[in-house]
Amino acid sequence: MTMEFDPTRRAFQRQLLCGLGSAAAWPLAHATDTANAPALKVVATFSLLADIAREVGGPAVEVSALVGPNADAHVFEPTPSDVRRVAGADVVITNGLRFEGWIDRLIKASGYRGPVVIASRGVALRQLSGGADPHAWQDLANGQRYADNIRAALVAALAAKSPAHAAEVEVRASAYQQKLAALDRDSRARIAALPAERRRVITSHDAFGYFAAAYGITFIAPRGWTTGSEPSAEAVARIVRQARQAKASALLVENISDPRLIERIARESGLKVGGKLYSDALSPPGTEADTYLKMFEHNVRTLVQAMSLDTPSPAPVSIRE
Amino acid sequence: MTLLATLNALLIQPFVEFGFMRRALVACLALGLSCGPIGTLLVLRRMSLVGDAIAHALLPGAALAFVMFGFSLWAMSIGGFVAAVAVAGLAGLVARLTPQREDASFAAFYLIALAAGVMIISMRGNSVDLMRVLFGTVLAVDDASLLLIAGITTVSLLALALVYRPLVVECFDPGFLRHLGHAGAWVHGLFLTLLVLNLVGGFQALGTLMAVGLMMLPATAARFWAAEVWSLAAVAALFAVLSGWGGLLLSYHANLPSGPAIVLLAGSFYMLSLLMGRRDSLLARQLSQRAHRKA
Repeated sequence: MTMEFDPTRRAFQRQLLCGLGSAAAWPLAHATDTANAPALKVVATFSLLADIAREVGGPAVEVSALVGPNADAHVFEPTPSDVRRVAGADVVITNGLRFEGWIDRLIKASGYRGPVVIASRGVALRQLSGGADPHAWQDLANGQRYADNIRAALVAALAAKSPAHAAEVEVRASAYQQKLAALDRDSRARIAALPAERRRVITSHDAFGYFAAAYGITFIAPRGWTTGSEPSAEAVARIVRQARQAKASALLVENISDPRLIERIARESGLKVGGKLYSDALSPPGTEADTYLKMFEHNVRTLVQAMSLDTPSPAPVSIRE
Repeated sequence: MTLLATLNALLIQPFVEFGFMRRALVACLALGLSCGPIGTLLVLRRMSLVGDAIAHALLPGAALAFVMFGFSLWAMSIGGFVAAVAVAGLAGLVARLTPQREDASFAAFYLIALAAGVMIISMRGNSVDLMRVLFGTVLAVDDASLLLIAGITTVSLLALALVYRPLVVECFDPGFLRHLGHAGAWVHGLFLTLLVLNLVGGFQALGTLMAVGLMMLPATAARFWAAEVWSLAAVAALFAVLSGWGGLLLSYHANLPSGPAIVLLAGSFYMLSLLMGRRDSLLARQLSQRAHRKA
């Protein structure tokens, strides 16, 4: 019986199904061919957490994500191979804040008894009507907290097995923290350079609450704060009105939402669709936003470009993935 | 004057102010015009549940087209059309070649298609909520979908006019088309094709729930108001259009999701007709019984 999770086969399936060009479509493919076998198997719930774990853990850990690039973690349905992966993991990393509603059942079903890291532990929460907003990684200060929580978990797990690797993780973590802090400073400066009345944009799902609070941009979204509900005519009408009264300077689509509604609003209000933001998922490896840092930088650049008056807006995004 | 102004603000103004409301209304209007007669014929031919089955049979074709060609209205429409016609054709073939009845073979094939569709969607990964891409929302109807729906309505009404007589006779003499032999099979096939076309147009733009809801609920409600096939179809189309208009207004004023609002309004038309329609409704029966007793 070869029921074991086979990364190359999965990568092949993905390639076949999605028509993706690159053979290294599945991130696991690079992690396995290092000279010395990794000491720790880590399963993260979605692509962004997996990237932070990879950055912090380095060659000492083998990281895989349950919800892959460009996929929506709100509507994920685990397969038996996902259960198997969780069962075989040494550390499981989750976002928490009820972002992955399915993770508790998945862990229970797998019989996994190891540590479950809640990466968002300790961040200052934004409260919404439905509970805390889970999209905390959209503020780099929170991202630093995520990286620190993940570092602590990896070091604790490695301490007994391989102290040398644990020390290496500490070094990598502090280097990564510096990169996050630098990008945070840079992003603040670039956005602060724009006039305050230009800093209003419309997106298709309300995932940027933390970003808005941290960097001083107002986001207007037609749906509530999840991708799982159908919009009402009233909500769409309100947004069109706001857009018409020049209360927003740009429209931006997201990598995980249905773009048709935003395109409709664009036609209606005369605003241009100014580019694509990455909210809850990274892009596939080898593309523009395949790491947390690149994703954040991409979002800041897209926003600044869309909100500036003088610079020409980037070419309209094709809906096709 | 103030009453007029209020009525205008309530019923007309949203459509004047917003293009997306006008588009949604036109889509409902076109859909209602062709779904009225088709729904009526489905009800009269005792095929009320076939619409639902066909709507699910679209899924694998549309999903496969999305996986292969990305987000393309035409690819997904053609994919859905081919899958649903295949299911309808196979179901008909089984009914012809074996003693199994068409409703049983329909159930079997649409379940196979539905499972295949779900399989394709889950293998694709959860990239975007694929269900939402496949089943659009009436608020985001674009030019291409609007043209598709209007075109389908035009073709459907013309084609229905062409085969109206044999279809109507079949409603009251279920064996009629079989007696006609080949010609009968053609008429039946054409009718199923029209049904598939309308559901393809509806589900692309509005979602399956709305496509089937706008087709069946007004047709079942019409039965309590009219008796002839043409008047049934007219009442059904009127209910469908009213549901679209009223549902959009509900969604606009009461901040409700628009698809369910439209279908629920059609549902309440059905409940009202059932309770107090002109013909055979609960109220009408009560009254006629009382009249009998007096006599």
